[in-house]
Amino acid sequence: MTNNPLPLKERMQIQRHSMPAQLPQERVENFNEVNQGFSLELAREEAQRCLQCKDAPCSQGCPVHVHIPDFIDQILADNMLGAADAILQDNLLPAVCGRVCPQEKFCESQCILGKKGQSVAIGSLERFTADSTAADRAARPQGELPAPTGKKVALIGSGPSSLACAGDLIRFGHAVTVYEALHAFGGVLIYGIPEFRLPKSIVAYEVDVLRRLGVKFEKNVVIGKTLTLNELFDDQGYDAVFIGAGAGLPNFLGIPGEELIGIYSSNELLTRVNLMKAYQKEAITPIFDFKDKVVAVFGAGNTALDSARTALRLGAKDVHIIYRRSEEEMPARHEEVEHAKEEGVQFTFLAAPLEFLDNGEGWLKGVRLQRMQLGEPDASGRRRPLPVEGSEFTLDLDLAVIAIGNGSNPLLRDAPELQFTRRGTLEVNPQSLQTAKQGVYAGGDIVTGGATVISAMGAGRQAAQSIHDYLSQL
Amino acid sequence: MFEIINKTKIAPDVYRLEIAAPLIAKKFKAGQFIVLRPLDTSERVPLTIMKTDPQAGTITLIVKAIGLSTRQLCTLEKGQAVADLLGPLGKPSEIEKYGTVVIVGGGVGTAVAFAVAQSLKEAGNRIITISGSRDKSFVILEDDLREISDELIMATDDGSYGVKGFVTEYLKGLYARGEKIDRVIAAGPLPMMRFISDITREHKTPTVVSLNPIMVDGIGMCGGCRALVGGKIVFVCVDGPEFDAHQVDFDSLMRRNNAYRGIEQEKEHACKLEAEIEAVQHDQ
Ligand SMILES: Cc1cc2nc3c(=O)[nH]c(=O)nc-3n(C[C@H](O)[C@H](O)[C@H](O)COP(=O)(O)OP(=O)(O)OC[C@H]3O[C@@H](n4cnc5c(N)ncnc54)[C@H](O)[C@@H]3O)c2cc1C
Ligand SMILES: Cc1cc2nc3c(=O)[nH]c(=O)nc-3n(C[C@H](O)[C@H](O)[C@H](O)COP(=O)(O)OP(=O)(O)OC[C@H]3O[C@@H](n4cnc5c(N)ncnc54)[C@H](O)[C@@H]3O)c2cc1C
Ligand code: SF4
Ligand code: FES
Repeated sequence: MTNNPLPLKERMQIQRHSMPAQLPQERVENFNEVNQGFSLELAREEAQRCLQCKDAPCSQGCPVHVHIPDFIDQILADNMLGAADAILQDNLLPAVCGRVCPQEKFCESQCILGKKGQSVAIGSLERFTADSTAADRAARPQGELPAPTGKKVALIGSGPSSLACAGDLIRFGHAVTVYEALHAFGGVLIYGIPEFRLPKSIVAYEVDVLRRLGVKFEKNVVIGKTLTLNELFDDQGYDAVFIGAGAGLPNFLGIPGEELIGIYSSNELLTRVNLMKAYQKEAITPIFDFKDKVVAVFGAGNTALDSARTALRLGAKDVHIIYRRSEEEMPARHEEVEHAKEEGVQFTFLAAPLEFLDNGEGWLKGVRLQRMQLGEPDASGRRRPLPVEGSEFTLDLDLAVIAIGNGSNPLLRDAPELQFTRRGTLEVNPQSLQTAKQGVYAGGDIVTGGATVISAMGAGRQAAQSIHDYLSQL
Repeated sequence: MFEIINKTKIAPDVYRLEIAAPLIAKKFKAGQFIVLRPLDTSERVPLTIMKTDPQAGTITLIVKAIGLSTRQLCTLEKGQAVADLLGPLGKPSEIEKYGTVVIVGGGVGTAVAFAVAQSLKEAGNRIITISGSRDKSFVILEDDLREISDELIMATDDGSYGVKGFVTEYLKGLYARGEKIDRVIAAGPLPMMRFISDITREHKTPTVVSLNPIMVDGIGMCGGCRALVGGKIVFVCVDGPEFDAHQVDFDSLMRRNNAYRGIEQEKEHACKLEAEIEAVQHDQ
C-alpha cells in the first residue's frame, strides 16, 4: 500500500495522539460522552503512524481479524467510505467497537509500535471512520441482496451477537426476525453500557441499518415464555434459531446484610439509569438519592467502573471501587480505569467485603472489609487472593453497588431440548456453535459467560455461517 | 397491538382492563404476571393476569392506580394501546388436587387469588375464599369469586359490606370450626400475607404467598426484585412470584417496597406541579 506520504522513519517519530475528551471536572456533571473523537487532522496524522506491516499482527490480535492496515490506508487515501467498508467486511459495528473494545488486549496489544512504545490508536481511528461516514452510509443505496431463499431464521436477544448474526443472515438471503424481551434493542449496549461511553443514538442507528436491510425486530417477546423454542419451529415456521440471550443474571456476594436497602446490583443501577433513563430529570423511574453520598462499588470489571462513574454523575461525594485482587488483575478496559481515576473514583485494592452493616432501620450504613494478599495463581491464571487474618476494618457507606459479574440468562433454562454447563452457560459444538437441538445455534455471552462485544459479534457471525450451511442442505 | 378492549372502573382508583395480547392469552397459567409500560416514557409495571380469553386473544388485569405509571395506565381509554407488554412471566402456580384449599385475597391481590383459585377448582379442590377489602366501595370481583368458590367470605374492615373484620380473623375462624385445611394461598398486601403466614405456621398448613416486590425488568436481569426465602436470595420475577410463606423474610421485603417512598412522592409532586403550571398557561 502506498497512500502514506511519510517514510518509515518519520512515521515512527510521530507520537500517539490521545483521544480528545471532556475535562474530568466537567464531565462528572453530565452524562454526555466523555470522549469527543478525533478530528480529520488528528485522524490523518495518527493514520500516518501505521507501518503497514505485511503480516498485520494487529489483525491477528483482533478477534474478528479486521483488516486494520487496509482501513488505515484508506483513511490516508481520503477515502473514508472505503475505510468504513474495509472494516465493515469483518465488523458490523465499528462505531460501537471503536468505543468499547478493550483494544489494549486485542489489536493494539499486538501492534509493532506498541512493542517499542505506543501502538497506533486503532480504536480511535475505527471510531473516527465509523462516525465520519455515518451519514453517508445511511444515505447510500443498500447493495442488492440475493434472491430470498425462502428460509426463516429467528434470533433470540438483540445484543451484539444477534445483531452480527442478523447482518450476515440477511445478506445470505434468509428472512430474519430478532426477538427481544426488553422494550429496546441492543442488549447490554442499550441497558448496560452508559451513555457517557456509548451514546444510545449509535446503537439505534445500527439497529436501523439492519432494519432497512430487511431484518425484522420484535420487542416484548420472551422466548421460553411468550413463545417456546419448539413453537418457533412448529407454529411460527422458522427453519433455524440463533440464541444470543447474553449473561444478564446479576451475581450477589452471598454475605450477611446483602438484603439491606441501599444496595444495588450493578445491573439494577445501570438499567435504571440507561434503559429507564433515570439520569434525565423528566424520567419517572426512581433511583436512590446519590447526592453527596458515599458509595462503594464491589468488583473491577467494566460493569464496576461504569457503576462507579454513574454514581459520580448522579452526585455522589465519594465513590470507592473495592477489589479483592490488585490493580494488575483488573479486567476493565484500560482507558476506563484511567478515566475513572481522573474523575476521582478511589480504588481500594486487596480488600474483600465480609458483611454489610445495618443502620438499625434496614438501611445500609457501612461494610466490614478484610485485607487480602495474593497467593499462587488460580485456574484463571491470576494470583489467588487470600485473606489476611486479623485485618478487618470498617468503611462507612450510604450506598453500595455489587458488580461481581453476571450469570447466564435464566429464561431459557427450562427448555428441555437444550443442554447447559454447570456454570449455566449453553453447551454448543465449538466449531458450528450448534446446541444440543438440531437447527438451534448459540453464541455470545450465553455460551462464554460475560465476555466482550467483539467476541459476541464474532460468535454471531460464526453461527450465521453455520446456519447458512445448515439451511442450504435443507 | 396491546389495545385496550374493555375498561371498567370497579372501585375507587381500581380498574378492570381487558387488553389484546393473543400470544400471552394462549400461554397464561394461573399465578403468572405481565410487565407493561402504559406510555413509552413509563416505568415497567408488573401486573397479575386475572384471567384470559384465548379465543378472543385477550387478558384481564385488575389495576390500582397508586403511583405515576399505574395512573398513566388508568387514564388510557378503550381503543388506545399500551406501549409495551410482555409475558406471561414468572412460574405458574402449582396446581394439584390438595383437598380443601383456602384462598385469601386482599385488595388487588384478589386478582391473583382468583386466577389460582379458578385453576385449583378445576383440579378438583374444594375452595374456601376469604376476600378482604377496606370498605364496601373497595369490594371487587365478588361475582367472579362466587362462581369458583365452594364457600365465599366477603369481609370489610368496617363491616360496611359482608362480614366485619380482617381476613385473618376469618381464617382463624375456619380453623376454630374444625375445618381441615390442606393448603392456603394468600395474595395481597405484605402485612396481610405475613399475618396469614403466622397463623398457618401454627397449624402447619402448607401456605403459598404471591409476592409483589418492586421490579424493573421482570426477566431476571436486575435483581431489584430479590427477596430472602429460606435465608437464600431469590429473584421473585423468575423464581416466583409464589413462595412457601413460612420461608419468606417479610420484613426485608416490606422495607424494600418502601425504599423509594419519599423519592416517588417528590417525583409525583413535581409532575403535578408541572401539569398545573401547564394547565394555567393553557388557560391564559
Ligand atoms: C455494564 C457493562 C459494561 C460492559 N462494557 C464492555 C466494554 O466496554 N467492552 C466490551 O467489549 N464489552 C463490554 N461488556 C460486555 C459486553 O457488553 C457483552 O459481552 C456483550 O454485550 C454480549 O453480547 P450478547 O449478544 O451475547 O448478549 P447481550 O448484549 O447480553 O444481549 C442479550 C439480549 O438478549 C435478551 N434476551 C435474553 N433472554 C431472552 C429471551 N429468552 N427472549 C428474548 N430476549 C432475550 C436480553 O434482554 C438482552 O437484550 C460490558 C458489559 C456490561 C454489563
Ligand atoms: C408480580 C406482581 C404482581 C402485581 N400485580 C398487581 C395487580 O394485579 N394489580 C395491581 O394494581 N398491582 C399489582 N402489583 C403492584 C404494581 O406493580 C405496583 O403497584 C406498580 O408497579 C406501582 O407503579 P407506579 O409507578 O404506579 O407507582 P410508584 O410511583 O412506583 O409507587 C407508588 C408507591 O407504591 C410503592 N410501590 C411500588 N411498587 C410496589 C409494589 N410492587 N408493591 C408495593 N408497593 C409498591 C412505592 O414505593 C410508592 O410508595 C404487582 C406487583 C408484582 C411484583
Ligand atoms: S501492527 Fe500497528 S503498525 Fe503494524 S499494521 Fe497494525 S496498526 Fe499498523
Ligand atoms: S425484576 Fe429485575 S430481576 Fe426481577
